[in-house]
Amino acid sequence: MASRIFGSGIKRREDPRLLTGQAKYTDDFVLPNMAHLAVVRSPYAHAKIKKIDTKKARQMPGVLGVFTGSDMKEAGFGPIPCAWVVPGSNTKTPPYPPIAIDTVRYAGNAVAIVVAEDRYAARDAADAVKVEYEPLPTVSDPKRAAEKGAPRLHADVENNVCFLWNVKGGDVEAAFRSAEVVVKDRIRNQRLIPNAMEPRAALAQYSSGSGEVTLWVTSQNPHIVRFLLSLDTGIPEHKIRVVAPEVGGGFGSKIPHYPEDTMVIFASKALGRPVKWTETRSENYRATIHGRDHVQEVELAAKKDGTILGLRAKVWANLGAYLSTASTGIPTILHGLMLSGAYKIANIHEDVYGMFTNTTPVDAYRGAGRPEAIFIVERLVDLLAKELKRDPADLRRQNFIPPFSDGHTVATGVTYDSGNYAGTLDKALQMAGYKALRERQADLRKKGQYLGIGLSTYAEICGLGPSQVAGAVGFGGGLWESAIVRFHPSGKVNVFVGISPHGQGEETTFAQIVASELGVPVDDVEVIHGDTDQTPMGWGSYGSRSTAVGSGALMGAIAKIREKAKIVTAHLLEAAVEDIDYADGKFFVRGSPGKFKTIQDVALMANVAWNLPKGLEPGLEASAFFDPPNFVYPFGAHIAVVALDAETGEVKLERYIAVDDCGRVINPMIVEGQIHGGIVQGIGQALWEGAVYDENAQLLTGSMMDYALPRAEFFPNFELGMTETPTNVNPLGVKGIGETGTIASTPAVYNAVLDALAPLGVKQVDMPLTPERVWRAIREAKGR
Amino acid sequence: MKLPVSITVNGARQSHEVEPRLLLVHYLRETLGLTGTNVGCDTSQCGTCTVLMNGKAVKSCTVLTVQADRSSLTTIEGLAGTGKLHPIQEAFWEKHGLQCGFCTPGMIMTACDLLESNPRPTEEQIRHGLDGNLCRCTGYQNIVAAVKEAAGRMAGGSKRQSA
Repeated sequence: MASRIFGSGIKRREDPRLLTGQAKYTDDFVLPNMAHLAVVRSPYAHAKIKKIDTKKARQMPGVLGVFTGSDMKEAGFGPIPCAWVVPGSNTKTPPYPPIAIDTVRYAGNAVAIVVAEDRYAARDAADAVKVEYEPLPTVSDPKRAAEKGAPRLHADVENNVCFLWNVKGGDVEAAFRSAEVVVKDRIRNQRLIPNAMEPRAALAQYSSGSGEVTLWVTSQNPHIVRFLLSLDTGIPEHKIRVVAPEVGGGFGSKIPHYPEDTMVIFASKALGRPVKWTETRSENYRATIHGRDHVQEVELAAKKDGTILGLRAKVWANLGAYLSTASTGIPTILHGLMLSGAYKIANIHEDVYGMFTNTTPVDAYRGAGRPEAIFIVERLVDLLAKELKRDPADLRRQNFIPPFSDGHTVATGVTYDSGNYAGTLDKALQMAGYKALRERQADLRKKGQYLGIGLSTYAEICGLGPSQVAGAVGFGGGLWESAIVRFHPSGKVNVFVGISPHGQGEETTFAQIVASELGVPVDDVEVIHGDTDQTPMGWGSYGSRSTAVGSGALMGAIAKIREKAKIVTAHLLEAAVEDIDYADGKFFVRGSPGKFKTIQDVALMANVAWNLPKGLEPGLEASAFFDPPNFVYPFGAHIAVVALDAETGEVKLERYIAVDDCGRVINPMIVEGQIHGGIVQGIGQALWEGAVYDENAQLLTGSMMDYALPRAEFFPNFELGMTETPTNVNPLGVKGIGETGTIASTPAVYNAVLDALAPLGVKQVDMPLTPERVWRAIREAKGR
Repeated sequence: MKLPVSITVNGARQSHEVEPRLLLVHYLRETLGLTGTNVGCDTSQCGTCTVLMNGKAVKSCTVLTVQADRSSLTTIEGLAGTGKLHPIQEAFWEKHGLQCGFCTPGMIMTACDLLESNPRPTEEQIRHGLDGNLCRCTGYQNIVAAVKEAAGRMAGGSKRQSA
C-alpha cells in the first residue's frame, strides 16, 4: 500500500476547510478590542512633502490616532531592509522608510497612517488628512531613467543606477567576430502586476507586559519576515511571532517584508490595542510589488549551419522607487545565469543596469528573472530559425545540450543537475502532431488564413538553493529547510515544517511522503506550517523550493525515525539492531518477516517508555535540516497553436501542448495543477497583461477594470505530458514545478503569434499582443 | 443615520441596524462573522465575494446591505449542512479545482447559479458562465472540469448515492 501513495494523485487534505469557508485568512481574524488602520498614500509619483495636516482627521468620530513617518522614526522604527544586495556591482541601497518622511517617490507611497475603531472610520479619516506637495519631475521607464537629465530619485544615486551587474562566460567578442549570422532584437519584457487573489493584510498584537508581538500576515515566508522585523522594529527576534495563516496565493508578491508590517506593529505598540490593516485591490495595484519590467537589447551569433556561437545582452531592469526584499537578486542571479537556456552556448555576456524609477517597487513575480531570460533565448533562437529558413524545432535540437545525468556546466558558470531536452521536445512534437500542423498551416496560408505555431524549450533554475551560494551572491539569509516529525502514542503523526505553502498543496504532498516512507495511513499525518512559534526555522515558499528543498529535510527526519524505530524493535524482539530491516511499515528481523513491529507499535512503546533499551531517550520524534548541494533545473518543451484574425488583430489560442520534466512526481494531480496555473499566467503576459504608466508616472492600469487578467473563457484545455529525469540533488529526486509553466508559455505563445504574422511581414511587436497592437503592426508592415 | 434590515442568511433570520453605505460583503464578514465569503477587489471584477441572493449569484461587494433587506441569502457556509459537502464542493475537491482556495467560495456560488439555470452545460458554456470570476492559481482547467463533474453528479445524484 505504502508504495502506491507516492506518485498517486490523491485528493488534497487542505481542501475541505477551503471548500466550506472555514479556512482563516489574515483578514478573517478578529481580536478583542481590535482597531483598523488605513494608509494615506501619495497621489504624486515624485514630490516634496511640504506639510501634513492631521488635525481634522484626528477629530473625526472613532479615530484613535494619526501618525506620520517622523512619528515612526522617533519611536525607533527604521527603514525597511533590503535582504538581497548583489555583491561586486557597487549596489546602492538608499533608505526605504516605511512612511515617506520628506519626499514621495512613487504614486502610492505612504505618507501617513490613521487608526480608528472600524474600517470605514479609518478610511474616512485617511481621506481627511491634508498633505501639501511640491511635485517634482518623474521617470518611469528604466532606460530613460539612465539618460542624462533624467529626474533623480535618490540624492546619492547618480543617474538612478542602483547597480551594474554582469555575467561573462567564454569570449563573446570573438564569437560575434567569427559569426556568419547575427540576429538581434529589442525586447520589452513588460511590467506585470501579480494579482494574488487575496490582497495583503497584516494584524499586530503587541503586549507591553511581555514586550512580545504577534503579527498575522499574508506571507510566503514568516521566518524571513520575523528576521527582518527584528532589524527594523527594534523588537528582538525571540519576542516576535509571525503567523502566515491561510494565504490566498502569492506568486512572489508575498515574499517581501512590507512597510505595512511595521506600521501595524508600531500602531499596536502606540495604542495598546491589536491593529489590523487590509489592503484594497486598488491599493494592491500601487502598494504591492510588481514584476519583470526589463528593456532588453539582445543578439545571437551563429554559423550558417545553425550552430549557436554566442549571446550578448544589455538590460535595463526596473527596480521601482525603493529596493524591496529580494529585488536586486531577481534581474541578476536568477536571470543572467540562465541565459544559456537548454542550449550549448559557449560565449555569453550580459550587462544589467538596475534602475530606480518613480514606480511601485519591483520584486519576484512567478518565475522571477527566469522568464526574462528564457524569453530572450527562445526569441533569438526563433529569429535565427527564420533567418536561416530552418524549422525551429530542428534548429533547437541541433543546439541542445545532449542528455546528461550528473551535471553540465554552462558558460554562465552554473551547473545544471540533469536533463534530456530532446526527450521533452520529441514528446511534445509527437503530441502536437507537429508535421501535420505545419502542413495545415501551409494550406491555410494559401487561403489567406494565419495559423501560428510557437515553440519554447526551456531549462530553469529553482529549488533555491545551497546556502553557501546564497551567501556568495549576496542573499541575506540561508536557503536550507527544516522538518520535525513527531509520533504520538497512538501512532498519529504531526509534521512541522519551515516552508510556508499557500496553495501548492504540501500538506498533502508531505503527508504522502511520510505515509509511503513510514507506513502510516496518509490520514494519520497532519502537516503544520506558517507559524514561527510552532515550526522550526525555514526560509519559506518561493523559487519552487518547497518540495525540492523541504522534502530533503523531511526525508532526513524520516531516516532518523527509522533508525530509532530499529533500535526499539530490536530491543522488543530481542534481536540485534543490525538484523532489523524495514519494509512497508514493518520493522522485522531479517530472514523472519513474521517477527516484526509496526511503526505504530514502536510509537506507543517509545512514548510510554515502559520497556526501552537502557540509555535510549524516550519519545519518537526527529528533527532534520537540509541544505541542498545544488539548485535543481527542471525543463520542458511547450507548443502553442494560435489562429490570427488579420482583419482585427485578434489572437485565439487553439491548442497548447506542454511536456515538462520535474524529476520524480509525488502527486501528479497537484503537479498538473501547478503547470495549468503557470501556463495561464505566462500566456497572460504574452497576450493581455501589462502595467502602464503615463508621462507623470501615474499607473493607468490601476485596477482590475484596467489591467486585463486571464479569464476562463480565453483558454482551451491544455494537453499535458511528462517525462521523468530524476535529480541527485535531493533524496527523492524531485525538482520544482511551480514556475515552469510561466517561464515556458510566454515565449511559446509569443513565438506562435509572430509565426502567424510572418507572412504579413511583421517581425516585432511589444507584449502584450493585444488585438490593437497586432492590428497596428499588420498595418505598419503593409504600409512599408 | 442607521437603517434597519431584516435578512435571512443561510436559513436564519438576521435583524440589524446598519449604515446605508455598508457593503453586503462587510455585513456578512464583519457583522455576522461569516468570513467564508472573501473580498478580492473593489471594482466588481473578481467574483470572489459571490453569494446567492434569492437564488441568484450576486457580487456582494457591489450590493449595499440595505438593498438586501427582506431577501434570502446563501453563503458558502450555508451551501451544505454542517459536516456535509454539496456536490459542487465534492467535485471541486475531486477534480483539484482549487489551490489557494481564496476564489473558491465565489466560484462555487457562481457554479451553483450556472447549474441551476443550465443543468447540463457544455464546456464552452461553463467557461463563459465563470467569466465573472477570477482565479490566479488553477488556470481554470480543473475548475471547468469540476463544474462539469458536479453537473453529472447533480443530474445523476440518486443513482450515484445508491451505487
